[in-house]
Amino acid sequence: MANDLIQQNPWDELRAHTSARIALGRVGCSLPTREVLKFGLAHAQARDAVHRPLDFGELKHQLHAAGFRTLKVRSNAEDRQTYLLRPDHGRHLHGDCQVQLLHELPAPEIAIVLADGLSAVAVQRHALPLLQAFRERFDTDWANTPVVLAEQGRVAIGDGIGEALRARLLIVMIGERPGLTSPDSLGLYLTYAPRVGCLDSSRNCISNVRPEGLPYELAAHKLDYLARQALRLQLSGVQLKDDSNLRSVLQAD
Amino acid sequence: MPYQTTIGSLVYRFADLKTLLAKASPARSGDYLAGLAAATYEERMAAKLALAEVPLTRFLDEALIPYEQDEVTRLIIDRHDAAAFAPISHLSVGDLRDWLLLEKTDSARLAAVAAGLTPEMVAAVSKLMRNQDLILVARKCQVITRFRNTLGLPGHLAVRLQPNHPTDDVRGIAASMLDGLLYGAGDATVGINPASDSLPTLMRLWQMMDEVRQHFEIPMQSCVLTHVTTQIQAIEAGAPIDLVFQSIAGTEATNAGFGVSLAILREAHEAALSLGRGTLGDNVMYFETGQGSALSAGGHHGVDQQTCEARAYAVAREFRPLLVNTVVGFIGPEYLYDGKQIIRAGLEDHFCAKLLGLPMGCDVCYTNHAEADQDDMDSLLTLLGAAGINFIMGIPGADDIMLNYQSTSFHDALYLRHVLGLKRAPEFDAWLARMAITEPSGRLREIGSGHHLLKQLPHISGAA
Repeated sequence: MANDLIQQNPWDELRAHTSARIALGRVGCSLPTREVLKFGLAHAQARDAVHRPLDFGELKHQLHAAGFRTLKVRSNAEDRQTYLLRPDHGRHLHGDCQVQLLHELPAPEIAIVLADGLSAVAVQRHALPLLQAFRERFDTDWANTPVVLAEQGRVAIGDGIGEALRARLLIVMIGERPGLTSPDSLGLYLTYAPRVGCLDSSRNCISNVRPEGLPYELAAHKLDYLARQALRLQLSGVQLKDDSNLRSVLQAD
Repeated sequence: MPYQTTIGSLVYRFADLKTLLAKASPARSGDYLAGLAAATYEERMAAKLALAEVPLTRFLDEALIPYEQDEVTRLIIDRHDAAAFAPISHLSVGDLRDWLLLEKTDSARLAAVAAGLTPEMVAAVSKLMRNQDLILVARKCQVITRFRNTLGLPGHLAVRLQPNHPTDDVRGIAASMLDGLLYGAGDATVGINPASDSLPTLMRLWQMMDEVRQHFEIPMQSCVLTHVTTQIQAIEAGAPIDLVFQSIAGTEATNAGFGVSLAILREAHEAALSLGRGTLGDNVMYFETGQGSALSAGGHHGVDQQTCEARAYAVAREFRPLLVNTVVGFIGPEYLYDGKQIIRAGLEDHFCAKLLGLPMGCDVCYTNHAEADQDDMDSLLTLLGAAGINFIMGIPGADDIMLNYQSTSFHDALYLRHVLGLKRAPEFDAWLARMAITEPSGRLREIGSGHHLLKQLPHISGAA
């Protein structure tokens, strides 16, 4: 496209300090075509991240190959439309799945839930590498630790799962609300002694897990720290502070 | 008290005023989620027909949330001005719509009755109004406020420059701020949503904005949108705070969820006034609101989300704010599902707030899980421009990289000015011309790499 039609902004170099869309230039008072298209592409990717279903079969296959024990459940939200309109449905473990989990081998210590949330692509890309990084650090009976794949799930679906599996500690990994520059952020939530009806204030959260945000190694380090502390202190949430020293792990790596 | 309408052979009954209001409300996902919405199209119209007959005085007798249980109800009832109400006290809700649309009901008459209107009356009449009615009446309301410049003059539009950064990097924030100023934005305020709530980090943000303002003698005001109690602490620690910000809602329980009460807001208002930093006026508060917050916090008491929102404006007007902003599409599709619902809600909020005497702006925005896009935002932006909105947001490229949602850009503001002939706050406009950012006509000039602001601002802010 012809650049001489565009009034350029001579402060490009300030982009070194921010990923904000600055110095875009203008045509008249409007955005140049290239910027309208760039924005449109980013929005399309974020929209697709919300609506693309998670390939549970593929994820299950990858988890098995990596030596994890998996289970599969769904929420009360039967489709994406219901999921978006009725957050309460996405928080509830489907009754059939609850019965199924009650017949499974209980969690030896922790239970892990991988829920599609608002970005399937986040879970598809980042859940397994993060789990592997966490397994290297955190010592538990991994062969029997359930990794539960939850379809149309919100964070609180983990409470019903953790309760049914009698887990001491629950870790939910879920696709976060996608941003225009971050369609694939994974969120991590820890809940000690999960029960249906747990308050959000009883959870700890690690946000923005993705290579360009909080990388796997750092996220696994934080998760390991919080998991150990939660089990030692027998609590989670606002009373459990994240004092993991990220600087030390950065240097160690 | 029950209300009813008969349509054909069917009698529609509504148990009380809040049920009637909820059933009369235009369809939106949040009211369905709460189980309050009309079950059929006809039931919604039956509720509107019944609502049109309700005398305005009824709203003074039947509190939606009991007086004893809710300090916002007490504020609404205790502050009601019977003398201001007198000229319209004989009207029903349907009559009020007709009265508002009369040509002789001008800016002065609307301003005179504002203190006699309660949020519930205003919410009620909005439910009988079409989008064009909401625009026409809001346009007649003038709400002018001042701190270091003058906002809300007829034919004017201001922009809040929102230079957020995901890690509060001062250089990154300064870069977006510079971008905005060079695009002629920032007259409403430069307001940062910080990622952190640590006081030392926030202090740097206030100081940076104040240094830039003083160095370039910009007639503007700055704000960091952190919790009000943190801002009180910062004032005690000597931070250069212009505006004090807080998110507010229309019920005591929801405000408690935000960690605020009327007493805390009074304390914050007094702290901000004590600094005496405004040069043209002492409107020192900046509030944000949005439909759905009461349901989200479990504090709605069975009141529909649009009426809850209007009640938040009673809280706002107690503190004579410089700016009030409805962050209309931020909350997500479970409250406002798509572009149609977001557009309607934006127009309702602007109308209700203006009628109650507030300097209303709108964050014309949406999230990526809502059924909306830039075309919907263009529509709402243009409609609000026609309705005389006091201010909108200006975010680089409309993409907020900290809060992960899309709003309006500096370019969008230029578009609206161009199409509707809207001017900036006069003091800020004069500054832009002095700085050779704009021509006397208000149009942007070509900015060369040697421009004063471009050369110096990064150094002052530590961005170089």
